[in-house]
Amino acid sequence: MLGLERKDTYLMLAVAFITLFAPIILNPFPAGSALAQFNAGYPDLMQRFVIFGIFAIGFNILFGLTGYLSFGHAAFLGIGSYSAVWMFKLLSMNVIPAILLSIVMAGLFALVIGFVSLRRSGIYFSILTLAFAQMSYNLAYSVLTPVTNGETGLQISLNDPRILDGPSNGGLPVTSLFGAEMRDSTTLFVGPWSWDFSVGYYVCAALMLLAFYLSVRIFRSPFGMMLRAVKSNQQRMNYTGLNTRPYTLAAFVISGMYAGLAGGLLAAMDPLAGADRMQWTASGEVVLMTILGGAGTLIGPVLGAGFIKYFENIFSKINDGILHQWFAFMPDGLENVMVTLIHPFIGKGWHLTLGIMFMLVVIFLPGGLVEGAQRTGRLFRRRDRNAGHVESDAARQRAAAE
Amino acid sequence: MDAILIQILNGLDKGSAYALIALGLTLIFGTLGVVNFAHGALFMIGAFCAVTLQKILTISVTTIDPERTDFLGNPLKVQTPYVENWFGPEIGATIVDWAVPLAILLAIPVMILVGFAMERGLIKHFYKRPHADQILVTFGLAIVLQEIIKYFYGANPIPTPAPSTFRGSLDIGVWLGFDPFTIIYPYWRLVYFFFAGTIIAAVFAFLQFTTFGMVVRAGMADRETVGLLGIDIDRRFTLMFGLAAAVAGLAGVMYTPILSPNYHMGMDFLVLSFVVVVVGGMGSLPGAVLAGFLLGILQSFASMNEVKSLLPGIDQIIIYLVAIVILLTRPRGLMGRRGVMED
Repeated sequence: MLGLERKDTYLMLAVAFITLFAPIILNPFPAGSALAQFNAGYPDLMQRFVIFGIFAIGFNILFGLTGYLSFGHAAFLGIGSYSAVWMFKLLSMNVIPAILLSIVMAGLFALVIGFVSLRRSGIYFSILTLAFAQMSYNLAYSVLTPVTNGETGLQISLNDPRILDGPSNGGLPVTSLFGAEMRDSTTLFVGPWSWDFSVGYYVCAALMLLAFYLSVRIFRSPFGMMLRAVKSNQQRMNYTGLNTRPYTLAAFVISGMYAGLAGGLLAAMDPLAGADRMQWTASGEVVLMTILGGAGTLIGPVLGAGFIKYFENIFSKINDGILHQWFAFMPDGLENVMVTLIHPFIGKGWHLTLGIMFMLVVIFLPGGLVEGAQRTGRLFRRRDRNAGHVESDAARQRAAAE
Repeated sequence: MDAILIQILNGLDKGSAYALIALGLTLIFGTLGVVNFAHGALFMIGAFCAVTLQKILTISVTTIDPERTDFLGNPLKVQTPYVENWFGPEIGATIVDWAVPLAILLAIPVMILVGFAMERGLIKHFYKRPHADQILVTFGLAIVLQEIIKYFYGANPIPTPAPSTFRGSLDIGVWLGFDPFTIIYPYWRLVYFFFAGTIIAAVFAFLQFTTFGMVVRAGMADRETVGLLGIDIDRRFTLMFGLAAAVAGLAGVMYTPILSPNYHMGMDFLVLSFVVVVVGGMGSLPGAVLAGFLLGILQSFASMNEVKSLLPGIDQIIIYLVAIVILLTRPRGLMGRRGVMED
């Protein structure tokens, strides 16, 4: 379907199914129940899942395929956000021009930065991208204040021109898609459950599916093959008389555009943009997401992004009180010991858990969560196959007997 | 003239810190071939050694002084640090006052131990893995170390003052024949600069004049041959990792009066130190030191008002700009050897 192989079609359908029904799937616990805090199905968080999913998918096209580790991808995210907010200020609150501009702007910046950075590889490439990103971040904070509004961050205001929309009456206008406001949502109550279906989420989800589809096509294309060849041995590619630079540059620009799309969407969901989106910690985050999920795999980056954002928003809310509830069945002394033991890893300490998990993944599972899943899967399948062998042997014997 | 001089002086303290961290990074890279993203965390751990010692020294016993009263009329509670009880009030107070320099004694064994543990426990397993994996695992380690420190010491910067002898400033201008009050420089920064110079000299002397250092240098040049000569080069390289960790730690200890330590100071310095290493040339020790001072001084020149009015924002990006230019025009950095990580 759509030019995909059968396996990829299934994957695509599964991803589409999960994204479309995410508001239901992510809210498995009835509202008001004790476990409701693990519900991730509120619009703000779901939007983050898919937006950072897009970001990570794009990063994976560069890192997963070519092996070039960029430590400055957040710059494109920030540029996307700024362009989108400027579009909201100048043209219209419709999200389409904003998102288009953010993709184009991020692409242009990626073209320039990539053209320079890709002259080197390995650690030097990482440092170059990091240097460019830090430069953009520092400039956005200081000299470019007229464009970026410095520390306050760029926001929409009442006296912006907004040529297409005309003057707004009353309060601040909201971002919309041809009249459908991004923050609109309908809540569906089924028994004790409540599910939010938000417009903004579905806009993001549709774009993420598109982005995912494109990434599958890139992975399976001759172009993707070329990028993989760059990763496995660039020198040999050069010896065969092939200039790899255009391919890596194309990959860099594409992944920059993905980052720009993610940045534009972030601004479309909440029309403000700050320089901290460009800081190198943000670049580090997308690296974490991609590696944690599984670099070079299709679904890995999305999983990683969802995983980290879930931890950031849900895991970090667990506090001692909740732990005490969980371990209430234990004798008091043991309960306190357990709570003290777990305390550093939860709540504000969730970064510690994340760091440890990341290290474990890098050390033991270089293929990330996807590889973990595959290994477990293979473990079970091997047992099945053994069983299957017996059956097929029996079948063969029967055939021979006949 | 005095304006130029003061900018050079201002650049020295940051430059010293960059040089020390970059020196450690280069030692690790040159010997073990590992790109250590956790090196900034080592700098931070060093700084927190000073904080810890300060906290330990000021552990106090509370006594009630019946002769004096507080403003409510109750007997006054007096907090006396144990050290003052043990060594007498005067010596005790001096010891507390000198907590930061004393922390050097604590930091050296701690940092060497941390370095050993890191190398034997983690990095050893990554020699054969690609550079990207090394970067990632040490990056993860940096996050973990940083979060552990945050858990124990909180997220706020902890002020750790220099000994009172070195607070205040020195009027260097008078020495050099300028008018008084033209060049005023804090004592501690001068101390830091000389300290850094001593450490750098010591490391170089160690590598240059001891047999151990000679073997290590030989190993850096050609590991295989040294191994074939029957020398256990791995063990020596592990020791060098400990040494590099100690250098970073000491840089951190002494830097605490200049910048109150917080848990993310390591990361802030790491990014710049990497730039320094790359500018100096991967694997070149003199290059790292030179580039550290050079970039520190350049940065302070760029933050002069005259320069800023000419090129707005230059102070924010100068280091990165220099790094980009150097990387593109001179791939092996200022003093890098031919053929070491050139592509």
